[in-house]
Amino acid sequence: MGLEQKLGNMGIVTTTLENVVNWSRANAMWPMLFGLACCAIEMMGAQASNYDLSRFGMELMRPSPRQSDLMIVAGRVSRKMAPVLRRLYDQMPAPKWVVSMGDCASCGGVYNNYAIVQGVDEIVPVDVYVAGCPPRPEALIHGIMTLHEKVKAEKLKEWA
Amino acid sequence: MSLQQVEITSEELRHLVSNRAIEGETVLLNMGPQHPSTHGVLRLLLELDGEIVVNCIPDIGFLHTGIEKNIEAKTYEKAEVMTDRLDYLNTMGNNLVYCLAVEKLVDLDVPARAQAVRVIFTELQRISSHLVWLGTAALDLAAMSVFLYCFRERERILDVMEMCSGQRMMTTYFRPGGLWRDLPPEFEDAVRGILNDFPKRIDEYEGLLTNNPIFIDRTKGIGKLSVADGIAWGVTGPSLRGSGLAYDLRKEEPYSGYEQYEFDVATADGGDVYTRYLVRMEEMRQSLRIVKQALDKLPSGPFRSNNRKFVPPPRAELGTSMEAVIHHFKLWTEGFPAPKESVYVPVESPRGELGVLLEGDGGPKPYRCYWRTPSFVNLQVLPLLSKGVFVADLVAIIGSIDIVLGDADR
Amino acid sequence: MQLDSTLNAIVSDLETAFGARPGEFRGRARVIVAPERIVEVARTLRDKHGFDMLAALSAVDYWPQREPRFHVVYEFKAVAKKLRLEIRVPLNGDEPELDSVTSVFPNANWHERELWDMFGLKIKNHPDLRRILMPEDWVGHPLRKDYPLGYEEVQFSFNFEDIDKRKPRPKD
Repeated sequence: MGLEQKLGNMGIVTTTLENVVNWSRANAMWPMLFGLACCAIEMMGAQASNYDLSRFGMELMRPSPRQSDLMIVAGRVSRKMAPVLRRLYDQMPAPKWVVSMGDCASCGGVYNNYAIVQGVDEIVPVDVYVAGCPPRPEALIHGIMTLHEKVKAEKLKEWA
Repeated sequence: MSLQQVEITSEELRHLVSNRAIEGETVLLNMGPQHPSTHGVLRLLLELDGEIVVNCIPDIGFLHTGIEKNIEAKTYEKAEVMTDRLDYLNTMGNNLVYCLAVEKLVDLDVPARAQAVRVIFTELQRISSHLVWLGTAALDLAAMSVFLYCFRERERILDVMEMCSGQRMMTTYFRPGGLWRDLPPEFEDAVRGILNDFPKRIDEYEGLLTNNPIFIDRTKGIGKLSVADGIAWGVTGPSLRGSGLAYDLRKEEPYSGYEQYEFDVATADGGDVYTRYLVRMEEMRQSLRIVKQALDKLPSGPFRSNNRKFVPPPRAELGTSMEAVIHHFKLWTEGFPAPKESVYVPVESPRGELGVLLEGDGGPKPYRCYWRTPSFVNLQVLPLLSKGVFVADLVAIIGSIDIVLGDADR
Repeated sequence: MQLDSTLNAIVSDLETAFGARPGEFRGRARVIVAPERIVEVARTLRDKHGFDMLAALSAVDYWPQREPRFHVVYEFKAVAKKLRLEIRVPLNGDEPELDSVTSVFPNANWHERELWDMFGLKIKNHPDLRRILMPEDWVGHPLRKDYPLGYEEVQFSFNFEDIDKRKPRPKD
């Protein structure tokens, strides 16, 4: 990131760079396949033909964390799965975002007991929460579009 | 890799792997909980000799939700919400078996209309579950277009469910005593539309896969299960029918009015991945047949039992009748009591025998609700089927057993 | 309700041979067997009477009652004859032991692991007794009645900050 440090605040040049980088990050965000339970079926439904996620740039779902930049935690995270989740999040290269899909991932959902992590934000920092049990594919798409707007509003100072 | 070897060759687990692994001749590979082809969070420890699987040790529990303990903390009617989320591809089937168990325990009657509608929805749910199976199993074998077609068809069935209950997947539409509410007027046209279009679509999928030489090469002769092995290991459902035994709980121990409908039990001889595929395709056609008969013969009448000791009164009555208010209050605050006995009700789910052991204790909450889930039992047979196959064939075998990890881990 | 006549014959056979106590509820036969005889009962049912599938195996905890504390429920099914039979084995005390039926029904392997994991019932002669659903280092047996549900307290406005401070958050 030497360009911005050398040239400093040059007004038009650095602002346009910010827009370009944010635009490219938002429009080609590849999600990682992290479907755990019922929400995964709605996520597959959102990827399939009726509610097509490829129109938003998410053409493929990469199973490997090294090749993806969005983790959609779809489904309930049990106590046995929690260390695996954290390890996969650590393996993703920056920049990375997390969408917590469904009630179980956002807050523990219907299950308030010994076996389920009460909200995946106890383990990874979450950017967007999508409510629903399971959320409709349209709700997931709304969540992803909210994330795109959040990415487009990111400032240079944060990722420099 | 070395971390994995240390884990598995520790003293407690040494008995699981062969000596060749400990000496280093074979490789121990972790097909981890996050994997595109394991249909959920299933961890497999594979002992590989080159590309051939010598041994396969499944490790489940990554989706354990404590549903059984959570049901013990809620009343009978409120616990039904938890039951949808067990086998999340067969949600109405789970609701059905839970309601049948509660009705058997407290001896509650179910009107004929409710039974017929339950049959229609259970069969539609069976078709939608088989569509997801077909889409994901074909996707594992790299037939990607089948995945898109299956989900397009599935959307039509989900539209029908949303029309009746407001929810696409976790409907909780069946309640103890009948249904939650009556069918809307658009229901019949929507289902007749499905009955008209689906046979052609199933022909389309068969045209893509059944005589496809690549599909046949990848699935014929792989993962052979004999009938004797199947019964000894407790395998039920299409996995057992694919080995030649025509055992279907809808015919052997009929429930909810299945004895009135004519249908064949889909069977095929061979016991490999290809015959299980053929069995499930034929089951989809038979399900359409049952839906047509049930829809033609749909009786009119009440949609839920009138026994106010167990079934809350309709809201319109609350303004006029004092008993209705008292029943409503008692049922929603405390719930209805069940006798101190236990029942076990088995049902044919798309994966096999799904059973509920429900034990009451005289109070309003279930004392014990055990779910005999088919995926838990069918998954045990995976090490037996996968001895000596390639890793790519292992993926095909997992797809053909049709496991859902929510079912296996509860 | 009357039981099936073949089932009646099988139940009386078990009664005479193994001292089992028969019972019936809503048309289902239920037989209570002592824990020492369960493997022989399973073998007799499979070889002599044709019950070739173990359909379900689970347990019920009757804490705080200690005699018996657990009832282990076996559900046997005769596929060809379309019969079902439920066998209950009462177990006393807090750390009871039970013989494994994996030699008769290989199916029981994972079911018995689940009994160990969820209820703490030690299964003797089991080939591979370790936890199946909970993580390997978990302490306690969740489905016992004296194990708490483990729920998180609900955050209302009066205790919002208190609970928020105690809730674990990731480091980055």
